[in-house]
Amino acid sequence: MGDVLVFAEYFGEHFPKTTLVAVNAGLELAKKRGGSCLAVVAGADVGALASELAKFGVSKVIALEHPALKDYLADAYAIAISALVKKLGSEYLLATATAVGKDLMPRLAARLDAPMASDIVAINDDNTLVRPMYAGNALATIEMEGLIKVVTVRATAFDAAQPSGSVAPVEKVPAELDDGALKMQFVAFNQTKSDRPQLTEARIVVSGGRGLRSGENFKTVLEPLVDELGAAMGASRAAVDAGFVPNDLQVGQTGKVVAPELYIAVGISGAIQHLAGMKDSKTIVAINKDPDAPIFSVADFGLVADLFKAVPETVEELKKLKHS
Amino acid sequence: MKILVPVKRVPDPATTIRVLPDGSGIATDNIKWVINPFDEIAIEEALRIKEKQGSGEIVLCSIGQITWQEQLRTGLAMGADRAILVKSDQPLDTLAIARILVKVVNDEKPDLVILGKQAIDDDSNQVGQMMAEMLGWPQATFASQIEFADGKCKVTREVDGGLETIAFPLPAVVTTDLRLNEPRYASLPGIMKARKKELKEIAAESLGIDLAPRLRIKKLTAPPKREAGRKVESAAELVQLLHSDAKVI
Repeated sequence: MGDVLVFAEYFGEHFPKTTLVAVNAGLELAKKRGGSCLAVVAGADVGALASELAKFGVSKVIALEHPALKDYLADAYAIAISALVKKLGSEYLLATATAVGKDLMPRLAARLDAPMASDIVAINDDNTLVRPMYAGNALATIEMEGLIKVVTVRATAFDAAQPSGSVAPVEKVPAELDDGALKMQFVAFNQTKSDRPQLTEARIVVSGGRGLRSGENFKTVLEPLVDELGAAMGASRAAVDAGFVPNDLQVGQTGKVVAPELYIAVGISGAIQHLAGMKDSKTIVAINKDPDAPIFSVADFGLVADLFKAVPETVEELKKLKHS
Repeated sequence: MKILVPVKRVPDPATTIRVLPDGSGIATDNIKWVINPFDEIAIEEALRIKEKQGSGEIVLCSIGQITWQEQLRTGLAMGADRAILVKSDQPLDTLAIARILVKVVNDEKPDLVILGKQAIDDDSNQVGQMMAEMLGWPQATFASQIEFADGKCKVTREVDGGLETIAFPLPAVVTTDLRLNEPRYASLPGIMKARKKELKEIAAESLGIDLAPRLRIKKLTAPPKREAGRKVESAAELVQLLHSDAKVI
């Protein structure tokens, strides 16, 4: 009882910060429920990845392998991982609420006949968990009932696991999978090309809103500020809706939730759904010409100004600071 | 093609949500209720598929109280053909909702289920995926494009770091993301016609499904409020404060 199995997502040959966050949350949950924390890396050939993950404090890493697990697909992964959960007798199955985590975990919950809590932000000692609802305007304390429970964690609510100094054993397990039963087929992944840091991993995020007026202005006005700061670029839903930038830049209730050390909102009014995605940032800056914009109510520093003037000036000031 | 679109009634996204002092729920006075915005995108996509193919049927389904008829009528006014309201007054968790919808799918036998990726009230993002598993169907969450060719469905999905394309045979479950389409408004003739369209009511208890929630909300609390800081006069002052005061650059 109390054992936690962490689903460890990877990109290419490395684990993103979001996976180390899942490991850390898994360790905390296992400790509070009196069990062990194990992790599973699934794929066609994941021995090296599993060995890497074994350094982060879990008690065992399972390398779950099958040729059909080469590309992530919900149906194959759900079959393979649910079988593993049953074999291990885990009480909790946990992942971070990334695109893959959100896609896979509910399918697994249904397959395991387990209740599921999405996007948790805290683990209490008394068997309860805390998760946001209504775009973060309410925090729900929840309780789940069942031999198996499924959880996704909000990436910004937990720290990343650190190397523990010891290495856990790695066990290779061939996945129990019948290729013939699988209906989903991977066709292509069209990666957004960017040299900038990932939105969910960046120390500084600069986001633009409808105030930028065009995709072209994102490039010519906002990007110099983003790059001067070595920041990740984000956007409001309004800017995504207007087609200025791709959806994977969207920060908000229905996009990405970020909590960097510095968040700069440019030309963003601050709709409820946007605030839900960034209000836990350490320092928030708002640049907007409307002094009544709701974004100012959460900003540590507000600059009421025309962004087309203020943003280039800020870039100049940053350059001066760098050279001083 | 026959398409089932599950629809949820939620507070208007622009509404300010207040948690009741006793933590039992949210204040519901002065709330305007609407179709969950992602479900609205799902209805629109179903309408476009039907229009493009020149035939088909679109069935809406909600699980909730009698008042939820309002949102179903709105969906019918947008152009859906008929609606089913599974009436329930008790709180249901995502597993129970998915089970009820699977029952409706087994009765209606649609080729495709399209629904929002998440409801903007509980923000769970679970029901579509759960349905797909219970039915043994393929799933495509966070869809930004849906195409049909050679008896297969091809969906472009909004995932971390880019766009992913997957293909699968029907029947299947698809959940909508923001950029899939821009929903239409109901027209006046549409609203008139909707009044005459079938809206069937079924009692949830009559379906013979275990509805007891396995996830319970014990209490709601308001999140800690963030205080507004200070206004600065210029870009120079801003950069100076970020450097020397906040020490973030």
